[in-house]
Amino acid sequence: MNKIETGAELASKTFTINRKLLVAYANASGDQNPIHQDEAFAKSVGLPDVIAHGMLTMALAGKYLSDIAGSQSVIEFSAKFIKPVVVPVDTEVSLIVSGKVTDVANGFAKIELLATCDETKVLGMAKGVIKL
Amino acid sequence: MLNPDLVGRTFTSADSVTVTKEAIQKFAEVIGETNFDIAPPTFAISITLDKSQSLLQESGLDWTRVVHGDQRFEIKRPIIAGDILHCSSTIESARNMAGNEIVTVRSDLNAGSELVVSTWSTLVVRA
Repeated sequence: MNKIETGAELASKTFTINRKLLVAYANASGDQNPIHQDEAFAKSVGLPDVIAHGMLTMALAGKYLSDIAGSQSVIEFSAKFIKPVVVPVDTEVSLIVSGKVTDVANGFAKIELLATCDETKVLGMAKGVIKL
Repeated sequence: MLNPDLVGRTFTSADSVTVTKEAIQKFAEVIGETNFDIAPPTFAISITLDKSQSLLQESGLDWTRVVHGDQRFEIKRPIIAGDILHCSSTIESARNMAGNEIVTVRSDLNAGSELVVSTWSTLVVRA
């Protein structure tokens, strides 16, 4: 991990999302909405295919933040869900997360995150504050 | 349509949730986290989503048409196994945009009198 100083670009990490992970997240989070598991249902409500839980994408971006200084260091985290992550059957979708340190003061660092799938930004205004 | 009189009102769950190490581990494993002693940053949603849905059941909000617009967490301290948490949900705002209803719900998780995590969810109720 790079040094945490204002302007530092943090190395990217790739997370793999597949149907199995969606089921695991549904069971762990309690969000059993069928648009995240049932292809026929997802298509019946106008989606191209099954989509990942926005909160799964955010949880993975949260893991990126945790990896900087530990889960206990993350004190603020926010994001907008701007594009669905489509997860076709038998497909491994890559979520690439990278970060930039925008401010360091009084033992806290502000991190701006970029989360993309297929070069499309899936989270908007994704940012966190970590305690150093 | 959300009952506008409910904006600003807080609903507190009567029952508490006891956080288990198994629940933290299950959530952590999905995202590749190997520290199961403390909950990952977004773990609170696994409690607040369900709780706020039940608490706001009578609000007139049509959950079947809800799309999650954005999410924010303020973590006063990490959730740990053994925490006994109560959820309070407040409809902070409700407005109409291009026919869609935009509702912001804040849910606080408290351990006794200690605020542990606050979450804000913006929900878009499709017209």
